[in-house]
Parts: sequence; structure tokens; C-alpha cells
Amino acid sequence: MNDVVEPNQMQWRGETTGARALEPVHPAERPMRRFVLANRAWLGTLGVFTVMMAIFMIANPRVFSSWSLYASVLTTLPVALFLTVPLVYIVTAAEIDLSFPATMGFAAWVFALAVQAGYDPFIAIAAAIVTGMMIGFLVGSLVVYGNLSSLIATLGMNFMLRGLILIITQSKSIALASLGQTWAYTIFSSQVYGVPVQILWALGFVVVCSLLYNRHRFGIQVHVVGDNPDSANEMGVDVRRVRVKAFVFMGFGAALAGVFSTMINFTWWPTSGDGYLLPVLASVFVGGTPTWGGIGTVIGGAIGALIVSFIQTGVVGAGLSGFYVQFFNGLIIILSLIGHRWNQIRYR
Amino acid sequence: MSERLIELREITKSFGRVYALGGVNLHVDKGEVVGLIGDNGAGKSTLIKILAGVLRPTSGEILVRGRQVAGWNAARSREAGIETVFQDRALCVQQSIVTNIFMGREIAGLSGWVRIEEEEREARRLMSEIGFTSRVFTPNSIVGQLSGGERQGVAIARAIYKRADLIILDEPTTALSLTETDKVFHFVRQVKASGRSIIFIGHNIYHVFDVADRFVVLDRGKTVLETTRAETTSAEQLINFMQHVAHPAAAPDAGPQ
Repeated sequence: MNDVVEPNQMQWRGETTGARALEPVHPAERPMRRFVLANRAWLGTLGVFTVMMAIFMIANPRVFSSWSLYASVLTTLPVALFLTVPLVYIVTAAEIDLSFPATMGFAAWVFALAVQAGYDPFIAIAAAIVTGMMIGFLVGSLVVYGNLSSLIATLGMNFMLRGLILIITQSKSIALASLGQTWAYTIFSSQVYGVPVQILWALGFVVVCSLLYNRHRFGIQVHVVGDNPDSANEMGVDVRRVRVKAFVFMGFGAALAGVFSTMINFTWWPTSGDGYLLPVLASVFVGGTPTWGGIGTVIGGAIGALIVSFIQTGVVGAGLSGFYVQFFNGLIIILSLIGHRWNQIRYR
Repeated sequence: MSERLIELREITKSFGRVYALGGVNLHVDKGEVVGLIGDNGAGKSTLIKILAGVLRPTSGEILVRGRQVAGWNAARSREAGIETVFQDRALCVQQSIVTNIFMGREIAGLSGWVRIEEEEREARRLMSEIGFTSRVFTPNSIVGQLSGGERQGVAIARAIYKRADLIILDEPTTALSLTETDKVFHFVRQVKASGRSIIFIGHNIYHVFDVADRFVVLDRGKTVLETTRAETTSAEQLINFMQHVAHPAAAPDAGPQ
């Protein structure tokens, strides 16, 4: 019978002849396909960003072709990036951290106090980083060794740390006018050919953290711990230690964010960091990291932060009143969540 | 006398006031297959988890090649050459095959950067070594996309990566098809032929009887029988014995009630 085809022949009927039919390359191993498969989460986010910017540009080409708009976003975006990227690690480890705004405020406070006391800003930065990591360690240990829900425990820690700052400072801000003449300011907060130098540091941070996330033992262990802590434990991964490390890393990022935001403003406010809680959380999830842990994307999170910080500028720039900002914020979050469904299949 | 690889002495384990193990002795010699059998709740999995370092014994000693290892935990157990294929397979289903194979011992330098390409190459080698090749998946495929038998293959590939001296298979044939079960048996014989040891745990006594050199029967946290293949005539003999232990009154020679 002619119409009976062996399954094997059927599979290769489309192939012509030669080596390819003998040694078939798995579709997923072709370079392009492999790249798309491995990076589909952040590619999707990039798509959302592109569409959004296209709409803004069509709505108001004049505003969106001026460099000053981008320069202002690129000055404030780094602070969000230093917070978003470590939070991707935390969410991948199947935890959440709501205490980073207070950690950021606390570390920035230490930075401001040190600068005020006459120390070199580099020493002040080191002190802020150590403070941030110590708070991260404290929060992480509380959650992990106290066996507490990270959602509630970190929420409590956020209030407590912020309260502590307000009690001690009596809600007084610290002005740091002398900061502008220092080396540290030139290196971390000036402009190169009109580009705010902060964004270069933040981009470097994103790239290093993305590599750390995908190609370093720490990042890989964050993945497996968030995916299946029992299995990781059975294979000899110190699950609790990895989780605490993730919180310490969050404290590190929060400290950097605090230092950069203080440098931009030449002032430390007791509320420093407060406004970042919701936008940063939104950035992580808009970026394509799912809520259940085990998978995520650092680059996606960075693009998510870009989306969130452009919504405000974009909505106003496109000629709508400021009242529309919240609505579009929400709309983008919901649309990206729906969009990410296709790359976030949850295997069990 | 053959070389003693692992020895467990008077292992007890209690969860609160419940005793899961009440003083179990178990040893494994080099190159032998030990069949560990017992009903549900007999303490097989608890014993295995202690040997794998996942649980700490309440009391008792663990000796590896005649020496006690300080601070026994999962990482130490693996360093000592013990690999376990757990009943639930202990896989991270959202991660790739490579990540799962190298979970807990990534190939990395001192700075901790993982050599992804080397891991991938090793994963390919391991998969072909256990006859686990396919057009459907690659080392970078997500484990959640694999079938039950293929997942078992990943767990086994992980266990043979370091040429461990002792491989523990906890219910390796549960929920596997006939051909997949055959693959597992083939694997057991391969390991044995290479001079390494296996602890094979199973509900199905026929499966255990097929591959083991020595049988250890656990019941309610105690060793109730230890016998070699040579002393046992058939699997039925073991089954009868186990029924006798479980329900002494209903044993065949006790007569109808």
C-alpha cells in the first residue's frame, strides 16, 4: 500500500538528502531558536517596552525626540535598577522583601551621617554598603531561621526600621552641599557627554547581576532553592544559607540605591526610599519574573523598571493630564502579566 | 571477607514521641546489592534519608569505610560517595536537565562561576551512558517537560556522575512502565558489574528479589530478617515471612480462625 508511511519516514519526509537527515540537529539547538528559548522572558518584556514607546512617540513626536526627557529618566532610573535586580533574586528564591525601602533609607542615612562627619565619601559609601548588608542579614535571618512568612516579616521590618529612623532623627533631613566637589561625586553622579553617569554604573550592575544569576553558583542555587527547597536540601544545598544570602544581596542593592539617590539630591530625607516600594515590585513582575519562584529574569526586571519609569513621563509627555498616570501604570502591569503567561508555564 | 563500605550501628530516629526507627543495624559491602524491604511505615525511607544525610539520627553511628564522619549531612554523604535516587526523584522541575544533574555540586572554579559548557558536555555523556538519548529533549530541556521515566533517567544520571561507591535506589520502579523498569534493572546490573554497591528499596518483592544479593526486612522500625540470596529459595518465602511478621495470626500455618 502506497499511503502507509512508516512513522520514521514521516518525520523526515520534508528533509531532502545528505548529512542533515543522518545527523539531525535538534530544533532547540539551532543558535537562533536556542537564544529565543533561553531569553524569551525578557524578550517579551522588551516587546512590551517597544510597543509602549512607539505609542508615546506617535502621540507626541516632539517631546519624545528631545534628549532632556531621556536624560531625566536616566538620572532617576538607576536607583530603581539597584532595587529591582536584587529583588528578582529574592522572588526567584520564592521569598519576598518589602523591607528594602527602609533598608535603603537606613543605609543612605549612614552614608549622609558619615559625609556630614567629614569622612571621605568613598568611606561613607563603604559604610552604607556594610549597613545595608547587615540589615539584609538581619531581615533574612529573621525570616529564614525564625521560619516566618517573608511577606509579613519584611513588612514589619520595613515599618520598624523606618520608625527607628524617624524616632532618632526626629524626621530631620540632612543636607550635603559639600558632596558636589568630591571625587566620588564626579565618578558616580556627574555627566559624560550629556549622559548621566549613574546609568552606566546601573547598566554594569545589571549585566554583572544577570551573569551572576545565570552562570554563578549563587544564582543557580537561588533558582533551585526557589524551585524545590526539599530537593535542593536532599542534594546537599544549604537552603537556608542561600536564602539569607539573597536577603543580604538585597541589602547590598538597597544601600547602592540609597547612596545614588542621596547623591542625586544632595540631601538625605528621612523618607528616603519610601516611594520605591510599589514601582519596584511592579517592575519585577512586569519584567517577567513569576510570583512562585524558581525562574525569573534579571534583564527583564531591568526593562520592567524602564517601562515603569517611562509610564509617568510618557503619559504626561503624550499630552494627557497627570491623573492618567496611575491608570496606565495599572494597565501596563495587567497587560504584561497576560503577555507573560506564554513564557511562564508552571511545571510541577 | 569482602570490604565493608558502609555500616549503620543502632540507628534510632524519633519524631517527637513517635519512634520511626528503634535501633537498626545495616551494613553494605563493596560490590553487593542489598534489597531493603518492608511495609509502608516500616522505616525504609527514614533509614535512607539518614544515610543520605537529609535526616539526623536521634542516636547511633554511621561509619564509612570503618570511620565515623563528623557533622553528617547531605553534602558530607555525597562527598563520602553515597548517591541517592529518592522516591520523589528530588528534581527541580522548572530547571534544565543540566541544572538538575549538577544540583549541589556545580562545576565551578574557586570564584564560583559555573562552567556551563563543561556541564552541558558532561550531561550529554551521562545521558548516553545510561542509554538516555532522545530527539525530543536536549541537556537544556526543562525537566517538567519530561515523562516519569525520563525524569527517573535524570535522577539516575545525577547519581552516577561522580562514580559513587554506593547508590541508593528508593522505590526506583514505582510508576514506571515495563520497559523503563527493565532499564532500571539493567542499570543495577551494570553498577554491580563495575564493583560498586547498591541499596535497592522496593514494595514489590519480586523486583527486589530479582536483583539483590542480600535482603534486609524492616518492620515497624526494626530489622526483623537478614538473609542472603543463597539462603532464600523464592520470593514467596520472603512474602510469607513478611505476612507472618505483619499479621502473626493470619500466617498460613496458624490455620483459619
